[in-house]
Amino acid sequence: MSQDIFALIECGAQGVAEGGFELLGKARELAEQTGGRAVALVVGEDVAGLAGELGAAALVVAVQGPALAHFTPPAYVSALKGVLEEHEPLLTLFPNSAVGMDTAAGLSAATGLPLAAYAVDIGITDGHPVITAQLYGGKMNVESKFAGGRGLVTVVAGSFPADAGREAGSPAVETVAYGGDEGAVRFQREIVPEAGDVDITKEQVLVSVGRGIGDEDDIEVAQELAEALGGAVSASRPVVDAGWLPKSRQVGKSGQKVKPKLYLALGISGAPEHLEGMRDAELIVAINQDAGAPIFGTAHYGVVGDLFDIVPELTERVKERAGA
Amino acid sequence: MNIAVLIRQVPDLAEELEVADGGTELDREYLTWVVNEFDDHALEEALQLKDSTGGTVTVLGLGTDDIDEALFTALAKGADRAVKVGAVDGPVDSHGAAAAFAEALQNESFDLILTGVQAINDVDGQVGPLVAVRLGLPHVSVVTHIAPADDGTTVTVNQEYAGGVLAEFQVTLPAVLGVQAARAVPRYAPVSRVRQLMKTATLESAAVDVAAAGGLAILRMSPPEGSGHAEMIEGDADAVVERLAGILGDRGLLPG
Amino acid sequence: MSRDRGLAKVDGVIEKEDVVIEGVDISGSWNRMLEPRVLSDYSTDTMDWITGLEGGESLRWCYQCAKCVPVCPVEHVGSYGPRKIVRKVQLGNNLLEDPDLWLCTSCAACLRVCPKAVDMTRIMPAVREQAVLEGAIPQELAAAFENLQRQGNPMGEAARKRPDWTKDAGVEVPIIGKLKRPVDVLWYVSDYTSYHPRGKDAARAMARVLTALEVDYAILGGEERSDGDSVRLAGETGLFEMLAEKNIKALGKYEFNQLVVMDPHAYNAFKNHYPALGGGGDYEVLHYTQYLARHLDRLAPLLETPVEINLTYHDPCYLGRHNGEYEAPRRLLEAIPGVTLTEMPHYKATGFCCGGGGGGMWLDGLVAEHTSERLSERRVREAVATGATTLAVCCPYEPSRFEDAVKSTDNDGNLDVADIIELIARSMRLEGEAAA
Repeated sequence: MSQDIFALIECGAQGVAEGGFELLGKARELAEQTGGRAVALVVGEDVAGLAGELGAAALVVAVQGPALAHFTPPAYVSALKGVLEEHEPLLTLFPNSAVGMDTAAGLSAATGLPLAAYAVDIGITDGHPVITAQLYGGKMNVESKFAGGRGLVTVVAGSFPADAGREAGSPAVETVAYGGDEGAVRFQREIVPEAGDVDITKEQVLVSVGRGIGDEDDIEVAQELAEALGGAVSASRPVVDAGWLPKSRQVGKSGQKVKPKLYLALGISGAPEHLEGMRDAELIVAINQDAGAPIFGTAHYGVVGDLFDIVPELTERVKERAGA
Repeated sequence: MNIAVLIRQVPDLAEELEVADGGTELDREYLTWVVNEFDDHALEEALQLKDSTGGTVTVLGLGTDDIDEALFTALAKGADRAVKVGAVDGPVDSHGAAAAFAEALQNESFDLILTGVQAINDVDGQVGPLVAVRLGLPHVSVVTHIAPADDGTTVTVNQEYAGGVLAEFQVTLPAVLGVQAARAVPRYAPVSRVRQLMKTATLESAAVDVAAAGGLAILRMSPPEGSGHAEMIEGDADAVVERLAGILGDRGLLPG
Repeated sequence: MSRDRGLAKVDGVIEKEDVVIEGVDISGSWNRMLEPRVLSDYSTDTMDWITGLEGGESLRWCYQCAKCVPVCPVEHVGSYGPRKIVRKVQLGNNLLEDPDLWLCTSCAACLRVCPKAVDMTRIMPAVREQAVLEGAIPQELAAAFENLQRQGNPMGEAARKRPDWTKDAGVEVPIIGKLKRPVDVLWYVSDYTSYHPRGKDAARAMARVLTALEVDYAILGGEERSDGDSVRLAGETGLFEMLAEKNIKALGKYEFNQLVVMDPHAYNAFKNHYPALGGGGDYEVLHYTQYLARHLDRLAPLLETPVEINLTYHDPCYLGRHNGEYEAPRRLLEAIPGVTLTEMPHYKATGFCCGGGGGGMWLDGLVAEHTSERLSERRVREAVATGATTLAVCCPYEPSRFEDAVKSTDNDGNLDVADIIELIARSMRLEGEAAA
């Protein structure tokens, strides 16, 4: 067993994804504590060239093969199993994304290594990794360690700063060829949602509605405030699932990640999947009837109250100020 | 197509969650149990597939607490068989659940195994891939669309990523899919039908051992710290609006 | 019952090509009315099916006189009424896929005027039960049912938290399971009174009033479940029975003389429907206004502070029309010094439904799609038009419904909504931080 910290670095058409830098930065920090190396794992058809972006890593292991051109769970699991069994890192970090969930859980079963999921923090105590996970809809933190001292971790996006891992450089590169074929899961195509009228990732002000908005017609209340503030309406998943707003307005793990100057969360409870999408906003104000809503743990300002009492009046105020 | 749906119960988040005296697990005295919402979606998707292409739906429920009622409810919704997998007090981790399900599935033959993509207590990962790899089957999670091919040997599925981007895969059956969302809202099972089935239907049992198997030692469970908590604005609507307008103004967020 | 029946074709028309009577030419379509046409021209399958359901029998008695149409509140905001339902059924529509199945609030305004006693409050639940069995119910209703199944209340809040409101009641509220002795009055608090912010205002007021009157009372607390009456009317009979069983079992453990309820729906359930399920027994069921009116001799002297308001009173359908109680609430209001009561045009037996009954509380999305405005909005406008500045109510469905309607009809500041118990507490100086 080595003291290395491995991290699966997700890459897209534009190179290394933001989440990849988050994991790499943390891997480097942990490796400094364990005395091992931070190792970036990249997987794809031809990805060794990404090493230039991964200067924060001491080593880049590029697992390459035609079957890995697009993510398919069984191929990734199969490709990485050998790498992990050969290198025996102390920890392997995965993003808590679709890729990470399938790969990490699959590898856990394939290698027998334990897996700690939904991590929001990782530390080293007496040489052992201690993982803090956030479960039960964000209502409970669970600290755990691995029986046997080593294992896999899936990390919730936004838990660690991306800047800590963003560094150009020329780390050593090890290429591993994967000759397997895709197997039983074959990539067909990517489907990108139609650009909606609004790109919420580019808006400075978002007035976001959750289940607490009640019904489709009431979204108008949020729309009016958004207009008054020069912003746009976004939503948490339940509102989009109900068909009240298009997918392009969804903020959260399976929606968009947004970093506006102002994020107003109206009737949004603050489940982790949603927080993932907006926790980096500069100013977060939450209005919710439930004093115990997890959103208040992330918001900068909070109001326990009825958004229908507050928002229309706020809109009037904003308009008055603008008119003045 | 013969479909298996794997379901588990999780604590109802409407209840206050408290930590038991040992500090490492939930105090179960006042917990109420509900079927994992994503497992409900998996069941709905299975029933939709049965409605459109025929076949059977078998629901396997991890044998904890009130799973019986959940299994009868699944039968009331239209499932053909319901199997209680093992018997244990309280939930077990995902590895334990996966091991139990895998064992129960050994002697069965299903074209498709569906389960919820995740659950709120998945401290050690998601059941879908864990079961799949144990059974040597292919797996895809975060699935939002399942379309069987006409010859029944493959299904086309969509896996959902951030930004609403989807990947379309063709999957050779048998396979395990982790369902994010069914094509329709999970259907309602009338209470009278559930109660009727409780009297007339029988649940099968799979005698398997169920035990935690995740290899994690839980050190501490605690509610997230209040630190990093929002500054709460008190008062009636007028006072709140006044304060909010002030905060926005200070930050240059008010137009005009 | 097959759902893919189209409407019956009107092909039994008889007209004569050539008719001249007393020099007037009424050939062709003009003479249709001269020939007999009876309902047997149409298939009676759908009518037979509905009237074969328990509770559906009276649908057939309708002879389309239309007395029900102008009194049906939903007709005021849409196109509705029992007569329309009957006609649809005659023409083969079994309602299972028709939104009209869900618009009836079971207010009984029609039943009151129907010369044939066609009872929509029994017919609609019977057909709705069939829809429930097919799982063909609006999603918002299903969500309420699921919450009721899991936690015994439509909001899905934890059953255990039901008595949490007592913590800041300002007075001690005894829970009978802890009291462990018989009481005179078991106060059944109900869902919205326990969990909704405005309901809790009424709960606190009631607790303080009962304490000030030195009533020997207690509540069920965490053992209480939804009475289920609206569930019954929305067609989920199995769920109603399950809730009733739980309540009956809890009540059966304790001894008390009177069951006093905040909610007319609970009143209707406990008085009229629970006995058939084994409930009821040697206690009297009273709505809280009836209980307090009975004790007006002791209550009136405590109503010290004038409450100077010009108010109007909304008769709740389930206390008024369904159970004949119009006077007790009015006696209480008239006993409060300073109160002026102005009646609305629809009052007492002609009271206009707020839209919450029959499952309406959980069908707002569907109802809004098929009506020009909510019944609560129409009622608020009627209240404002009387010149009153407060709308007094005594059903826990109403404060939230009417307060929302005050806002959505732009009447903010024109009309307050208050439960009668809140006005009583105000007059007794028990509101706010002050407590007995």
